[in-house]
Amino acid sequence: MDALNQSTSNMKTAIQVNNLSFFYGISRALENVNMSIFQNKVTAIIGPSGCGKSTFIKALNRIGELEGKVKTEGQVEFYGQDIYHPQVNLNQLRRQIGMVFQKPNPFPMSIYENVAYGVKIGEEKVRKSDLDLVVESALQGAALWNEVKDKLHKSALGLSGGQQQRLCIARALAVKPQVLLMDEPCSALDPVATMKIEELMHSLRNDLTIAIVTHNMQQAARISDYTAFFSTDESRIGRMVEFGETKQIFSFPVDTRTNDYVSGRFG
Amino acid sequence: MPTPITNNLARRNRQSKPDRADRLFRYLIYGASGVSVAILLLMGWTITGHALPAIKQFGWGFLTGRDWNVPDLKFGALPLIYGTLGSGLISLIFAVPVGLAVAIITSEDLLPKWLRSAVAFTIELLAAVPSVVFGLWGFYTLIPILLPIQQLLHVKFKDIPLFSTEPSGSGLLTAGILLAIMILPTVAAVSREVLLVVPTYLRTGSMALGSTRWETIFRVVLPKAFSGIIGGVMLALGRALGETMAVTMVIGNTENISPSIFAPAYSIPAILANTFAEAQEDIHVGALTYLVLILFAITLVVNVGAIGLVKLVERGEK
Amino acid sequence: MNNSETTKLITPLSPLRSLFDRGMTVLALILTIIGMSPLISVLWNIISKGLPGLTATMFSKPIIDEGFANAVVGTLTMITIASLLSIPIGIATGIYLAEYAPDRKINRTVKFLNTILTGVPSIVVGIFTYDVIVLTSKKLFDFSYSALAGGIALAILMLPIIALTTEEVLKLVPNNLRLASSGLGGSRFQTIARVILPTALPALVTGVLLAISRGIGETAPLLFTALFAQDWADNLLSPTASLPILIFNLYNDPDPVKNQLVWTASFFLLSIVLLINISARLFSSRAR
Ligand SMILES: Nc1ncnc2c1ncn2[C@@H]1O[C@H](COP(=O)(O)OP(=O)(O)O)[C@@H](O)[C@H]1O
Ligand SMILES: [Mg+2]
Repeated sequence: MDALNQSTSNMKTAIQVNNLSFFYGISRALENVNMSIFQNKVTAIIGPSGCGKSTFIKALNRIGELEGKVKTEGQVEFYGQDIYHPQVNLNQLRRQIGMVFQKPNPFPMSIYENVAYGVKIGEEKVRKSDLDLVVESALQGAALWNEVKDKLHKSALGLSGGQQQRLCIARALAVKPQVLLMDEPCSALDPVATMKIEELMHSLRNDLTIAIVTHNMQQAARISDYTAFFSTDESRIGRMVEFGETKQIFSFPVDTRTNDYVSGRFG
Repeated sequence: MPTPITNNLARRNRQSKPDRADRLFRYLIYGASGVSVAILLLMGWTITGHALPAIKQFGWGFLTGRDWNVPDLKFGALPLIYGTLGSGLISLIFAVPVGLAVAIITSEDLLPKWLRSAVAFTIELLAAVPSVVFGLWGFYTLIPILLPIQQLLHVKFKDIPLFSTEPSGSGLLTAGILLAIMILPTVAAVSREVLLVVPTYLRTGSMALGSTRWETIFRVVLPKAFSGIIGGVMLALGRALGETMAVTMVIGNTENISPSIFAPAYSIPAILANTFAEAQEDIHVGALTYLVLILFAITLVVNVGAIGLVKLVERGEK
Repeated sequence: MNNSETTKLITPLSPLRSLFDRGMTVLALILTIIGMSPLISVLWNIISKGLPGLTATMFSKPIIDEGFANAVVGTLTMITIASLLSIPIGIATGIYLAEYAPDRKINRTVKFLNTILTGVPSIVVGIFTYDVIVLTSKKLFDFSYSALAGGIALAILMLPIIALTTEEVLKLVPNNLRLASSGLGGSRFQTIARVILPTALPALVTGVLLAISRGIGETAPLLFTALFAQDWADNLLSPTASLPILIFNLYNDPDPVKNQLVWTASFFLLSIVLLINISARLFSSRAR
């Protein structure tokens, strides 16, 4: 733990999670999660299915609240601001902390309209020429521009799965978020498309903070700087078991459960 | 020990019974499924056949004839087509916004679940009320409610053609509003079904970009559901155009084309209900039969369009 | 670009957006309440005017004697005829659609035509039945308007409804039940009769009850088929009164006794229809 503290001392924390618990109705899905998501780093969240990874990441932009009666305890701070403060503007929060989902979910409209969507929703009016620029740079940022620049006004549903997912990334980038949350963004994609997204994440890290849920340990090892391992037991309550630099988690895990998981003996 | 041959025979015997039942059952099923098809075909055939002499006699001019005058044996269908389509369109103007609101309220999570089901249940019950009961209610309750409003509009906006005649209670607008109430469940139910199949991940995706609930509904959910909703609206229009009893009781039953929605009018189903039994002259009966064919054709077109749109949506889902 | 100069999270939504969001919710709620109010009004209106005038005579005397017993019996007679005709044929059609030709073109055609048939205006069904049944029976036999013709008209209305709901209901029966039954050597008939229909029965009953509640309230199909009668019908082949036609024929009768008869008949008709309708729904929700 000392090594961790040392290496992080000169880094900025984008999101700080303190004692976070999450409830669906009365049943507890997460208990006492403590971790930091550092600025301009990729943080991977790994763990067996059902351990609350999605629940956790959806608690960071409060999108989980759409799923009905849910409750949280503890604290999530975004650059020092409590995101669960009753007066928080959820629309603003979700623009700051963007999200990409497991299944690519482009809107049934043109590629251009998909990317422009979030910008148009925003509070300040954007001129058409500026909008064009935003759309182009977002598509560039998502490494999709070259593939779609000739069919910007065609339906987004005609793209391949991998392209759709990069479109969803572009859509999120267009509103210039600080943090990008990704919930198993490659699980519906083939290896080639997956590789493209991984490369993309690598380049995005310069401008963005990324938190990614993945059940693929090789992927976590390849792309992330920090890794959090989540687990659960018969109680079906998800807990964070271990958090640290990715190198350390995969080479010298402290907890035996982490060791079992990363060495493939479990899950 | 039985020989193989008897064994075989026995087996065949044992099988032949269910086999025969199976075959008989299949014939019954095939026969039964032909009944409704036969009825529809026979219906088209009979109605066209009966209308044929009238079609020959009146020609296309029937559709544009503005005069329906039984004593003079002059028959033009335009007033009736006008009353039918006019009351149908008015009903859509009221039923579509209300039906969409009901559909959104009962499919989005703006209200607690039990309240949503209560609303859906109430609206579905509305569909169960018999048409003639709606007519009775329309005649004795709706007209007294609407009349003062119509009179006020007439006094204030006499110069606008829509409000230009003295309201008497019964009329095109009253019929349209009563129809709107009757088709509301159809608009609401079909739209609700369409909204419910709009995938949640589209809503979540939109909210994750910072849009509000209603921005999401208007920009993502409704566009996605659009053609299905139009299909539902057309289905409802088909019901409205063919609705008989309630309209007959409140439309005023006057063969009349007036720009004013307060003026009494007459719809095809209403004139059929009122005069089909008492028509004496062949030419009168012929004209009425021609009307039946027109009504049959209009509703057929509207319904086929509606089914086509709903199909289109279903195919889009796959 | 990425630094700690984040926008303040505690900034309210712009007034315009928040007004739009709240305003639309309020508007939708208001429209929904407006949409539900006619039902309340209809119920209140019919109950308050119909129930107090209810007398025992109404259920024992025909219309000429200031009752509506003959209309009640007429309605029951005709809905029974309609049910006897439409339920077996409708269910069989549904079985055909769901079990015999699920993906074939002919199936789609049959389904399409049934859907079209549900959309044919009920007055057209009435006139068609008049043409085909009443006129024929007048020509060939010596009866014309009859409970039989009325029942047939109602059956034509109910048939496609029953067929389409049966199909929907049967399609919900899990396919592994079909496979399991035929895997055990069951013929199609056996599979349908012993496995599929029993599984689907509750939902099937609901569909049939809804069709019946629809048929009971229909007026237009009876206008030129069953006609009307002031007194008891002699038999199934003579003109027959029904509750909906009674309401239509007498709704603006100046005689207060007749007027009361109309309201009470409406109350009774609405009660039956809603009772069947609601119990059908409860039945299916409990079965689920
Ligand atoms: N909307 C929901 N309502 C109730 N329980 C849920 C909901 N979503 C997830 N859960 C439960 O929470 C637990 C964690 O789920 P999830 O976060 O999706 O896990 P993971 O993403 O790690 O596979 C599971 O036990 C799941 O059943
Ligand atoms: Mg998950």
